[in-house]
Amino acid sequence: MRWSAFVRPGDWAVVAAGAALVGISFPLAWQAGVAEKAIVRAGGAVFAELDLGREQRIEVPGPLGTTTIAVERHRVRVVSDPGPRQYCVRQGWLERPGEIAICAPNQVSVQVKGSREAYDSLSY
Amino acid sequence: MTRRTVTLATTPEDHRIAQLAAAAVGLSLIDAAIPLPLPGIKPGLANIVTMIVLARYGWRTAVWVSGLRVIAGGLLLGQFLSPGFFLSLSGAVGSLLVLAFACRLPQRWFGPVSWSIIAAFAHIGSQLLLARLWLIPHNGLFYMAPFFFVAALGFGIINGLIAARLIAESPSGDSPPPAADPLPADSGAANV
Repeated sequence: MRWSAFVRPGDWAVVAAGAALVGISFPLAWQAGVAEKAIVRAGGAVFAELDLGREQRIEVPGPLGTTTIAVERHRVRVVSDPGPRQYCVRQGWLERPGEIAICAPNQVSVQVKGSREAYDSLSY
Repeated sequence: MTRRTVTLATTPEDHRIAQLAAAAVGLSLIDAAIPLPLPGIKPGLANIVTMIVLARYGWRTAVWVSGLRVIAGGLLLGQFLSPGFFLSLSGAVGSLLVLAFACRLPQRWFGPVSWSIIAAFAHIGSQLLLARLWLIPHNGLFYMAPFFFVAALGFGIINGLIAARLIAESPSGDSPPPAADPLPADSGAANV
């Protein structure tokens, strides 16, 4: 007996629906692209572009003092900041494209950039 | 000291469920032994039994067989009450819930192949949900989802075809489970 004999007409529709679901799942799951670099801004101007593939630590001067930013294992974070509330430090590691930590008092921000941009920015 | 024998009254249906569950447990052990490139992807051969049970004996029996398979399979694989067990349980619950509706689709149009595909997606869907809520609370998990969906579609079709074939080849309502062809009466061998 041929295998296709066991497939009923509606089954083809279910196969097609499944294939469509698979098709749309790829762009949905991967739309953000891969995190490639981190953009560091100070006083509104781009201060540095950090390659996420290289572990490094930079110090960014601002009006209140020095903000330290570190890259480690394809993630980036604000290590220390002179700001009073420490929001950007407590945000922790940023790893997905669009994620941003803003140290407003010291006018420093760091944002993850990906190959394709799905969002202008992401913050939690 | 008195010795008491407790006798459980079993119905023919209990025996049937036990036989079918044993077949399903056997297949899930084979499943676990097949090496595959990505963790989390399995052929889900035991679901062939679920499809056949669903077609022959209905949804309630399928729930019994699946439930016993998950628990006994978990015990045999040494993962009872471990995360793997709960993933397997959530997959079974998800696919059974969806199958309760899928098996009511008009049989003329939708057969075991449809059920199998729908159940495979429900299976991986509920596993992903549980994993996201409990085991890996991070959206990075969904990067893997497309691979899981491809596997669900592929193995869903294959298992559905096998189930449809087994159902078609032994259509009688009360025969023993698949692959257990009735032995000659005098053979006396244990049928595995």
